Amino acid sequence: MAAPKFDNPIVRWIDYRLPVFTFLHHEMHEYPTPRNLNYWWNFGSLAGFMLVVMIVTGIVLAMNYTPHVDHAFDSVERIRRDVPFGWLVQFIHMNGASFFFIVVYIHIFRGLYYGSYKSPREILWILGVVIMLLMMATAFMGYVLPWGQMSFWGATVITNLFSAIPWVGEAIVSWLWGGFAVDNATLNRFYSLHYLLPFVIVGVVALHVVALHRHGSNNPLGIEIRGKQDSIPFHPYYTIKDFFGLGAFLTIFCVFVFFAPDYLGHPDNYVPANPLVTPAHIVPEWYFLPFYAILRAVPDKLLGVVAMFAAIAVLFILPWLDRSPVRSARFRPIYKQVFWLLVIDCLVLGYIGSKPAEGWYIHIGRLATIYYFAHFLVILPLLSVFERPQPLPLSIGEPVLRAPPPREAEGDGAMERA
Amino acid sequence: MAATADGAGDGVTRRDFLEYAAGGMGAVGAAAAGWALIDNMNPAADTLALSTTEVDLEPIEPGQSITVVWQKKPVFVRRRTEAEIRQAEETPLDALPDPMADVDRVQKAEWLVLVGVCTHLGCIPLGQKDTDEKGEYGGWFCPCHGSHYDTSGRIRKGPAPGNLAVPPYQFLDDTRILIG
Repeated sequence: MAAPKFDNPIVRWIDYRLPVFTFLHHEMHEYPTPRNLNYWWNFGSLAGFMLVVMIVTGIVLAMNYTPHVDHAFDSVERIRRDVPFGWLVQFIHMNGASFFFIVVYIHIFRGLYYGSYKSPREILWILGVVIMLLMMATAFMGYVLPWGQMSFWGATVITNLFSAIPWVGEAIVSWLWGGFAVDNATLNRFYSLHYLLPFVIVGVVALHVVALHRHGSNNPLGIEIRGKQDSIPFHPYYTIKDFFGLGAFLTIFCVFVFFAPDYLGHPDNYVPANPLVTPAHIVPEWYFLPFYAILRAVPDKLLGVVAMFAAIAVLFILPWLDRSPVRSARFRPIYKQVFWLLVIDCLVLGYIGSKPAEGWYIHIGRLATIYYFAHFLVILPLLSVFERPQPLPLSIGEPVLRAPPPREAEGDGAMERA
Repeated sequence: MAATADGAGDGVTRRDFLEYAAGGMGAVGAAAAGWALIDNMNPAADTLALSTTEVDLEPIEPGQSITVVWQKKPVFVRRRTEAEIRQAEETPLDALPDPMADVDRVQKAEWLVLVGVCTHLGCIPLGQKDTDEKGEYGGWFCPCHGSHYDTSGRIRKGPAPGNLAVPPYQFLDDTRILIG
């Protein structure tokens, strides 16, 4: 890359010593992005935005929060009632967790639909799964901090998952708790880790972006950029598109923050934690419900835990389960249908996870669990062999450029060089 | 680079030895420091000190249960009725997922002492109050994931892998026990 010329002498002076401006120019302006990205490609930058929102609001909340079993619940209520704008910061943080997951789940399903995990983007995909795991750990520990009934019993149930490990399980759980039950030691360490993990996520996100910029974005056609006519610079074309999407997203987000801040939460968490009474019906936050349904679908404790973790682990090996050379579902007539079946299956699992484990719910939960694993372990490998994909276009630009006037692409190229 | 005369024969030099020795020592030191950080998260001395609880059995009527706290966990103490004892003793062992005779779970048949934590995922089973659902076997029922325990605290149905644990305890005299 040739260093760009900067007009501002101060920028030039700094860039000569610390090439941040060259770096930004290269990654934002020169960085070639497929010209055909649709709005499903907004969710990556939206996820980055939510990460920043969560870190900023979290740092502010930490200034008034007290991580002690006797004070945690009251300190959160104080933030909401007495601290200036505490209600706003707390509602943003609380709903922000839900919206972060909404954005990331859509981002993941986008990747599934358009085959973004396929060569050469396997590591990009795996880093994404790592980010999701870190997010889950962070969200879980954050939910414990207000020390309501759901906080306490959620922490108890989830940490007890590790007791399923043969022989050392009990010792590991006691080590996680720092005692013989979820207690002050547990709350303190969860607070410490809840503060740490978001910054670990920032680190992995940086690697995710480096891996992304190595081969660039996938696109709705799932074919590589074949020349200048196929790409446009990220800035200003996609920065403006991302900003527009951000505005739409924030509108929905604000509806929840200002008008229904508790809609996604659970009323039992406004009861202070009581270690001697388990609520009649404990459910995790909605974003864990599909995994919770898988945990409960298996009648054996250890195997249930294994199945739940396997549901995420299977995503790590997805690039090697789906061997079809065609990325985008647009050209895969059968995959396009099983993709939507998977989406429905995940929604069914989420619904089952919110219901008590009894009667028909158990049977539906088991069927949905079996289908989830069958999708990845049976259907995808078979489709790679038996599905007959439709012919791919020659290039990203071809479908548009075949029709006159063809001069537009030249204009893009000229701007890119400017 | 370091092909000195002393190691010329088999390609192993004195420098190789020093590198392995230094590297090995460094690894041992890092592991020792790492262990301190890991063990740091285990229960502290003051937590471990909360290890015994004394319970007065005098006010408990037959058929009644009380919950006491031992090591921050609930402990169920139930004074069983004749019918409950008979039911527990007459259950054939091959009907149990985690076979254990009732006589091995009590010191005096009338008094059943259990850690009141479901062996599935740590919820507290219902069954201590008269109004609670006691499950299909008349003992305890865990509302979280539907485990049923019998009048000996043994798992009968549901996802829990084992019986409710019996904590270590001893009778100080006829009306007092010391748990832990």
